[in-house]
Amino acid sequence: MPQAARPLSPHLGIYKWQLTMTLSIIHRATGVALAVGTLLLIAALLALASGPEAYGKVQAFCGSAIGLILLFGWSWALCYHLCNGIRHLAWDSGWGFEISRAYVTGWTVVAVSLLTTIAIWGCVFARTGGP
Amino acid sequence: MSADLQTPLKRVRGLGSAKDGTHHFVIQRLTALALIPLSIWVVFLALTLMRADYAQARAIVHQPFAALWLAAFVIAAFWHAQLGMQVVIEDYVHTRWLEITAQVAVKFFCFIGALACVLAIVRMALS
Repeated sequence: MPQAARPLSPHLGIYKWQLTMTLSIIHRATGVALAVGTLLLIAALLALASGPEAYGKVQAFCGSAIGLILLFGWSWALCYHLCNGIRHLAWDSGWGFEISRAYVTGWTVVAVSLLTTIAIWGCVFARTGGP
Repeated sequence: MSADLQTPLKRVRGLGSAKDGTHHFVIQRLTALALIPLSIWVVFLALTLMRADYAQARAIVHQPFAALWLAAFVIAAFWHAQLGMQVVIEDYVHTRWLEITAQVAVKFFCFIGALACVLAIVRMALS
């Protein structure tokens, strides 16, 4: 909590909601989600190293309803964080700060992240024969 | 001109620049850059492992280059995650003891997570 009751600068309540701020918030949220998702990475690698029985449990979890929902969420989070991360790296190099360009790259990130997620799950369902 | 703008009290409390902020920025970008090809590769690996049984999955990870890229991905991913979570905690957790606890917990988790994954990969690569 703030240690003194200081006046605050104009904040979320006063600004119009915009694409750029939404994408920025989603970038952080997907980053945190992916950090949590490393739990599955650890589980999968340890299980694969341990033996068929442990690996079977991880496979069963990934194939369950909760597992599929989590994997779908994490796959989109990865696609989004990757695409928007490249956008951030472009900004770090000094490119793309114009407002019009920030909007073009922003919508591009949204579109590409959705398309790559659909492509990934297209591959998954083509191999497993449906959800 | 070398006027010190910090008050003596601020210096005693250890506030102000610790002179290593740039290091965090640079490593976050370097790991991000490494993770672009590595994470795309891991997605393809995951899709390949999906249709493999246990023995085939072990054989795939046993390949030298698969083990190399997977270990590189794991190290870069946990490092990047730690740096990112550090900033998120710094920005949103304002209760001091909770902030310190969260920072330490994230660092320990990322270190143990990376170590566990690398040990598992090394074990599979060498067996």
